[in-house]
Amino acid sequence: MKRHLISAADLSRDDAVLILDTAEELARLADRPIKKLPTLRGRTVVNLFFEDSTRTRISFEAAAKRLSADVINFSAKGSSVSKGESLKDTALTLEAMGADAVVIRHHASGAPHRLATSGWINGAVVNAGDGTHEHPTQALLDAFTMRRHLSGEGPGVGQDLAGRRITIVGDVLHSRVARSNVHLLATLGAEVTLVAPPTLVPFGVESWPCEISYDLDAVIGKTDAVMMLRVQRERMNAAFFPTEREYARRYGLDGDRMARMPEHAIVMHPGPMNRGMEITAEVADSDRCTAVEQVANGVSIRMAVLYLLLGGNESAVAADRTEESK
Amino acid sequence: MTMSDTDKTLLRGAKVLGGEPRDVLIEGERIAAVGSGLDAAGATVIDVTGQILLPGLVDLHTHLREPGREDSETVLTGTKAAAAGGFTAVHAMANTFPVADTAGVVEQVWRLGKESGYCDVQPVGAVTVGLEGKKLAELGAMHDSAAGVRVFSDDGKCVDDAVIMRRALEYVKAFGGVIAQHAQEPRLTEGAQMNEGVVSAELGLGGWPAVAEESIIARDVLLAAHVGSRVHICHLSTAGSVELIRWAKSKGWNVTAEVTPHHLLLTDELVRSYNPVYKVNPPLRTEADVMALREALADGTIDCVATDHAPHPHEDKDCEWGAAAMGMVGLETALSVVQHTMVDTGLLDWAGVADRMSVRPSAIGRLAGHGRPVAPGEPANLTLLDSAYRGVVNPAGFASRSRNTPYEGRELPGRVTYTFLRGRATVVDGKLA
Amino acid sequence: MDAHTSDAARSVLEAPDIARVLTRIAHEIVERAKGADDVVLLGIPTRGVFLARRLAARLEEITDKPGRIPVGSLDITMYRDDLRLRPARALARTEIPDDGIDGRLVVLVDDVLFSGRTIRAALDALGDIGRPRAVQLAVLVDRGHRELPIRADYVGKNLPTSLRETVKVQLTEEDGRDSVLLGLRGTTPADGK
Repeated sequence: MKRHLISAADLSRDDAVLILDTAEELARLADRPIKKLPTLRGRTVVNLFFEDSTRTRISFEAAAKRLSADVINFSAKGSSVSKGESLKDTALTLEAMGADAVVIRHHASGAPHRLATSGWINGAVVNAGDGTHEHPTQALLDAFTMRRHLSGEGPGVGQDLAGRRITIVGDVLHSRVARSNVHLLATLGAEVTLVAPPTLVPFGVESWPCEISYDLDAVIGKTDAVMMLRVQRERMNAAFFPTEREYARRYGLDGDRMARMPEHAIVMHPGPMNRGMEITAEVADSDRCTAVEQVANGVSIRMAVLYLLLGGNESAVAADRTEESK
Repeated sequence: MTMSDTDKTLLRGAKVLGGEPRDVLIEGERIAAVGSGLDAAGATVIDVTGQILLPGLVDLHTHLREPGREDSETVLTGTKAAAAGGFTAVHAMANTFPVADTAGVVEQVWRLGKESGYCDVQPVGAVTVGLEGKKLAELGAMHDSAAGVRVFSDDGKCVDDAVIMRRALEYVKAFGGVIAQHAQEPRLTEGAQMNEGVVSAELGLGGWPAVAEESIIARDVLLAAHVGSRVHICHLSTAGSVELIRWAKSKGWNVTAEVTPHHLLLTDELVRSYNPVYKVNPPLRTEADVMALREALADGTIDCVATDHAPHPHEDKDCEWGAAAMGMVGLETALSVVQHTMVDTGLLDWAGVADRMSVRPSAIGRLAGHGRPVAPGEPANLTLLDSAYRGVVNPAGFASRSRNTPYEGRELPGRVTYTFLRGRATVVDGKLA
Repeated sequence: MDAHTSDAARSVLEAPDIARVLTRIAHEIVERAKGADDVVLLGIPTRGVFLARRLAARLEEITDKPGRIPVGSLDITMYRDDLRLRPARALARTEIPDDGIDGRLVVLVDDVLFSGRTIRAALDALGDIGRPRAVQLAVLVDRGHRELPIRADYVGKNLPTSLRETVKVQLTEEDGRDSVLLGLRGTTPADGK
């Protein structure tokens, strides 16, 4: 039986809450003298990274190792992949090595879906970011961070994010983080507003379960969490916005804007941050900014995902929902 | 039945253009008689009662890949596929390696077509050298060559420079040529992977907006009107393109257009599978576009069906979406898809199919001997179709060297039973002769 | 224990019996631990946790140390040896008392002792959390059929059973009533307890 995590849209509310609750329990491991569990002993997790992303890779690596899995890091750079080997042949190689799970980061949208449905491998596929499509574990760790801060008493075990108002600001068009967050947050009952210049909102966004605004100041006063997306400077050259300064003025988060947020509201950033672009140093370094906490939560979430996908004889979440429909 | 050595063949009971049953006698390369109760003496008799008889189909838009990409198709395998699909003539697109931008290359393709014997091959010449859009190819030389090129296209690439397009439109007037434009504004489609819309937004695939097609069509019909030449628009894919063609025709301008079978049936929803078999240029659009294209083909706004048969080797589709080649094979399923989308839906009768798949493409390509009436004295280029047949598409049985069909496993109606090229059967009882 | 229990299930312990044996076990713990000064009670979820809390309350009464008997929970899911036989399970809470377990007498508390595999997993889990002075085991019911060399230090009731029988413990906190039911196995296989 196949078991994969390809898209946040594949998760039901109960799946998502189970992952968050499991992560909440696993997070407590950090307080113990031995930060390791024997659960995935003898299982092999391959980190297959076609894009450089040291942060995501080490997060998955730490998660797998804390569950006692064997970890193989396969980076496209300097490997046969850079010599023209196809995704298929790479996958067949990993299959021959006995990979129980493949954590894949790929520049092509849909590559993890293809890997999971092509019959090239039997193991679980975990999407660690594909092109401008999705990054479901990032959305899960974001939701985990929100739940911890916004659930009132305690970490919110068993709860979703019903009624919470989340604002996601920036380059939605090119953001897999935004896509996964919109799906997951909607599933968890949150009210999501995307804020971006119209050039960075995808054509066809009207089918998404969220609101769209071009005016950050109009929404910032009534939000429980603001997520600032990284804006790549090269977008400027493609005429998505005129200048960095204009972008920062209209869509950046500075101290003044942060001061207009509700007192309990948090500032989130998936990293790496462009200080001075979408977020000022003052905000990035404030105690309302959860960027560092998100990184720590990422390990717990990825442990939870690996455990729930690999910890039994079949997946506890999202089983087979990404099979091709034909 | 068995074929004898005689050069007389009597088709018994064929529904000519879907009409009342008739006998059709083929003698040598030509149709000798059409009537009821024709004398079978000395003829091989084939009982085709209830089958539809059409003039041999003509494809304005075929990629035969030879020279250069013989791993995906050759002139021989491509013309076999064409015959199997009921075609008696195909226009071979110019994006080969080397590009068909000289008299030498088009003559090579033309000669290979002659040798194949399954289907007439009319080479299309490139508009610009190397399809690069910068410098006109020697259009006159290609026209004057043995290949007698009359259709010119940079297909796969758009002639996006307005001045080059204008000059090409003007230049081919000297010998009655036509420019077949692949309408794709290049800057609007940088990194494009699929139709820009609701699905692309969700899938995170680069969008190919309808306006990138429509803006070029708008410009080119205006240019053609301005210089008094004719322009043909390849593979229309959007409802907006249909409106522009309708408008240009209402002005009396010399504009023609084609639609592919896949754009008459498939939508971008299929891309959700990320299966590159659905990756094609122009991309699969929306249901509304599909309906507009069917309607336009029915009312004649769109002149013809052209397959854009685009073979690719397995490895170019057995990969992630972004790395996959664009294109679908189509020769062997075209008539079935047209029956399914146009005839079985009541939008077009068989006479209409003959018009859109044989008469009009022949006229656009000014192709002699094809698209003719089923009448005594005419060349016996004929196709017989068992329209009652229902079958599941199995690419393993294709004559094409490539298998990249979007219809694998799909049930489609209709089966080509016989194809005659100038009186000689290229397909007999559904199998290549 | 989670097995389907047929309607013919018969009660072998009722609420007063359960109360009485817990009191006895509490006395035995005090007796053997010489006052229960360093005792930490760790219940194994789900029902072991409720039993551990009840035992803690009795220990506090007996030793007159209200609120001073540390009690927690120890989830053994991640240490099970049958993970690959069933779908991945949701985790239960592990709650180690603030002062930890190093140098303490840890009494593991569970409802039914069966194969011993749960207790094996609990011992492994405990080893990753700290180093107790000693570990003891208290169970409400010992139904026999051990598959590992494990025995309980405190047993509420020894209940000789056949493998075709099921033992179901019900506790007010979870089930709305206190009882131990003996039934016949239905179509669903029992878990490994």
